Amino acid sequence: MTNLTNLTDLTAKAAVDAIAAGDLDAAELFTAYREAAAAEDLNAYTWVADQTPDLSAAAALPLRGVPLAVKDLFCTQGVPSQAGSKILEGYRPPYDATVVAQLAAAGTSLLGKTNQDEFAMGSSNENSAYGPVKNPWDHTRVPGGSSGGSAAAVAAGLAPWALGTDTGGSIRQPAALCGIVGLKPTYGSVSRYGMIAFASSLDQAGPFARDVTDAALLYSHMHGRDPRDATSVGRPDADAIALPTGERLDGLRLGVPDDLTGEGVEPGVWTAFEAALETAKGLGATVERVALPHAGYGLNAYYVIAPAEASSNLARFDGVRYGARAEADDLITMYTKTRHDYMGTEVKRRILIGTYALSSGFYDAYYASAQKVRTLIARDFTTAFAGVDLIVTPTSPGVAFPLGAKTEDPLSMYLNDIFTIPISLAGIPALSLPCGLSEGLPVGLQLAGPAFSENRILEAAYALEQAFAFDNTPSAIGGAPS
Amino acid sequence: MSTTTYETVIGLEIHVQLKTATKMFCGCELTFGEPPNTRVCPVCLALPGALPVGNAEAIHLGIMIGHALGCEIAPRMKFDRKQYFYPDSPKGYQISQFDEPLCAGGEIGGVRINRVHLEEDAAKTIHAGASGRIHGSEASVVDFNRGGTPLAEIVTEPDIHSAEQAGEFLRLLRTTLRVLGVSDVNMEEGSLRCDANISIRPAGTTELGTKTELKNMNSFRYIERGIRAEVARQTALLDAGERIVQETLHFDPRTERLTSMRSKEEAQDYRYFPEPDLVPVPVDAAMLDRARAAMPELPAARQARFEADLSLHPDTAKLLAWRSELGDWFEAALAASPDGVSPQTAGPLANWTTNELLTRLGGDVDPATSKVTPAAMAQLVALVTARTVTAGAGKEVLDTLIAEGGDPAQIVEAKGLGAVGGEDTLAPIVAEALAANPDIAERLRGGDMKPMGVIIGHVMKATKGRADGGEVTKLVRAQLGV
Amino acid sequence: MIDRTQVLHVARLARLQLTDDEVERMSTELSSILDHIETISELDLSDVAPTAHVVASEGALRADAPRASLDHDVALAQAPDPADDGFRVPSPQA
Ligand SMILES: [Mg+2]
Ligand SMILES: [Zn+2]
Repeated sequence: MTNLTNLTDLTAKAAVDAIAAGDLDAAELFTAYREAAAAEDLNAYTWVADQTPDLSAAAALPLRGVPLAVKDLFCTQGVPSQAGSKILEGYRPPYDATVVAQLAAAGTSLLGKTNQDEFAMGSSNENSAYGPVKNPWDHTRVPGGSSGGSAAAVAAGLAPWALGTDTGGSIRQPAALCGIVGLKPTYGSVSRYGMIAFASSLDQAGPFARDVTDAALLYSHMHGRDPRDATSVGRPDADAIALPTGERLDGLRLGVPDDLTGEGVEPGVWTAFEAALETAKGLGATVERVALPHAGYGLNAYYVIAPAEASSNLARFDGVRYGARAEADDLITMYTKTRHDYMGTEVKRRILIGTYALSSGFYDAYYASAQKVRTLIARDFTTAFAGVDLIVTPTSPGVAFPLGAKTEDPLSMYLNDIFTIPISLAGIPALSLPCGLSEGLPVGLQLAGPAFSENRILEAAYALEQAFAFDNTPSAIGGAPS
Repeated sequence: MSTTTYETVIGLEIHVQLKTATKMFCGCELTFGEPPNTRVCPVCLALPGALPVGNAEAIHLGIMIGHALGCEIAPRMKFDRKQYFYPDSPKGYQISQFDEPLCAGGEIGGVRINRVHLEEDAAKTIHAGASGRIHGSEASVVDFNRGGTPLAEIVTEPDIHSAEQAGEFLRLLRTTLRVLGVSDVNMEEGSLRCDANISIRPAGTTELGTKTELKNMNSFRYIERGIRAEVARQTALLDAGERIVQETLHFDPRTERLTSMRSKEEAQDYRYFPEPDLVPVPVDAAMLDRARAAMPELPAARQARFEADLSLHPDTAKLLAWRSELGDWFEAALAASPDGVSPQTAGPLANWTTNELLTRLGGDVDPATSKVTPAAMAQLVALVTARTVTAGAGKEVLDTLIAEGGDPAQIVEAKGLGAVGGEDTLAPIVAEALAANPDIAERLRGGDMKPMGVIIGHVMKATKGRADGGEVTKLVRAQLGV
Repeated sequence: MIDRTQVLHVARLARLQLTDDEVERMSTELSSILDHIETISELDLSDVAPTAHVVASEGALRADAPRASLDHDVALAQAPDPADDGFRVPSPQA
């Protein structure tokens, strides 16, 4: 029908429309992506479908059989779901995550599972037991993390869109570093059932897409209350996600937090961010300063709460019922050796921090205090949103950094998420949109709004996207593929 | 020889399996005796990504227990994680309640209740002997069918001062729970399990001594014997000038020996924290009312009713009310009483039930399992009351009922046990007796009534004990004109 | 600050074996991370309520209705050491 090399250039929405119009065959599209994914050199995938499924029925569904790449920590029935960890090597779950099942029911077809930082712990995808992912813009640089494989796959045209998860920035930061759109929805609007948990009170699934429309389209089929997830609430009635259309921002009040921006931000990123604000003003938005006095403590609270929950969530990886086991003559050694041999350094580090923070004598100073800081940060956002509609920041303080640059200094790695973490703690939605380049690498603009304001965020992002006219084709400035 | 007398201080922790259709946090059906690992799902196997959702019925039953024990019910149902690694705990933590138990305070049978909280039961670990795969070492096999059964943990204040009091309290508690219908309360099957915290202190002092914990005793008799053995052990230690070591003990009822279970284990650090997968559920008025409406009459109230309405002796009323099966049987008999329900019918029926019937069946036997129906018992007692049979003959009828069952009137008829009475029948026999004892007759005629027994004895002999003494006396007086 | 002994204690609670090198490295790294975290103590948190959940949901319960369990074979399919219809583990006391 169509020239195969062009098929993977279509956005998901364009593909959906083309299939609906009878101009494109879903199986042909799938095959084009499957072949591209199987031949990729970014290490973005840990598993790729080995054949093209029968998509004749799917083509009648809303998403028309369009392929979907899925972060490896989503359980997919009978398909490896390893969460980037050696302890789950070859693990094939007996059930599908709710989101995966929902999107399959809407007509997507599973293209592959994408690489990630082990158990979603990381900001560079270098903590994967299956090797680091390369940034399609520069193969010597990281794609960001933890959903680095999903971001790289979408940015490189190896998937039309992808599922990721965001705990402290794991969708937004890699989206920014790879020059694509990533949405972290309101906590509770998407089911967590079947997502291999990192930090239960923060984890949320969301879409990666090449443009805002695709992100909106994928999210519109993800949200919903799931009776299997007691923390899921879906969206308020009659608040379905609409595909954005407006090209102006008249009357929109944007807030730039005094307490977050400034120091630690690379000059090129700051320049791109300020240019983006000027563009927004040109579209009719107003920009003002807002105070988030406790946001600066977000990292502190996050690095107690997330490891504490993780230390507990990861206790189930004990070599008894599934996953890898180290042989030993006694139970304790079996446990300790299994967890030593099959878990990576960052995972161990966070398990130790979390265990320490919950242990007798330290709970109040760490865990209880962190939860109180969380209250203050959430309150800060509520106060700020009384005066502005959306809060904008750079998504990440820097562009994609070289592989290996921060692996020896965990704290400097953690500082990557300084803009995304406070939003995660407050449970509110935020989107990262490419707004320009610095040193030839993409810079992300983060737009955050009150709980369930996804429509407002998507509308604003769409208008900005039209004005930025960002070319999301990776220019591969760095080292050639090795 | 002991020179100090000690006071025993005991607090009990009782785990009660709740009678729900499904597990606490998943939909697996609760059945008894299924093949291993056939009642398991992603949630109760703690597969990656699975999430718990609370069972509404378990909370309802928990509230009923709270009502029954006179507890304060918490305004919300909040769960916490209690971390420990053991193969019977698949998540590496137990979902339990820490700082906000569902029920607090309360009292039953003179023992104050500290708290009642809900949690999930552990799985079953079966010793598997030496394993072939792990050379020369012992192994266990885990069956997760029972894992996740809803439990109510009832914790008393240290208000119990003897083994007997502990036994009596547990019997009342078990009856109360059985009457509530919240549990099978079967100790052999493990649906009711009891741990005892035991310490002793010099009589008259108030400071608590070092306590030991006696674990998992599976019958009332073992509990009483175990407590006695532990009190004796502690007394001997203190008398010898030694210290009590805080430890967990196992009582072997066959050898009467107490052995330490975890002497070498490090101090536990459970690292409790709020369960992030479960949002607290408000306990609203509707839930409280529903539980209130489902409350049956409890043993203490039933005893009071037996005393007030039926004028039963307190001991009899307590025996019938605290053994609900006995009380139920008695009330069924009373309802079938040919002479209606009144203190006049209830008194003799209660005495026949608790004295004659129970003595013959054996103290612990449920009369419902015997061949004596409540209606038969009611008829028998009515026959005795009406003097249609004498008390002695009635006991013979009861023996027959126990051996063969049947209808009391028919047994009386068939065995010729009916009372011999009426002037026509008895008058000639009395005349004959007087004629055979002229000297006695003379003394009676002279107003000396002492030898009346000789005449009655004569008549009884002639009627094989089926005459009524009162009627004989009346006839003697009539015939002698005194 | 977190010293070697504390690292080993916490690792034991977490059932995590560490080599000597790892103990050394973790003790240094965790100390610097915890030092950073501890700047929380600058805040007066005495009157602040903790937030465990950001969801404003009323919480969710499940009706007590049975759902299908996994097939026995599926339940055991991923077990590292299945035996006697169950999951075999070494005994606590070797
Ligand atoms: Mg307990
Ligand atoms: Zn289950």
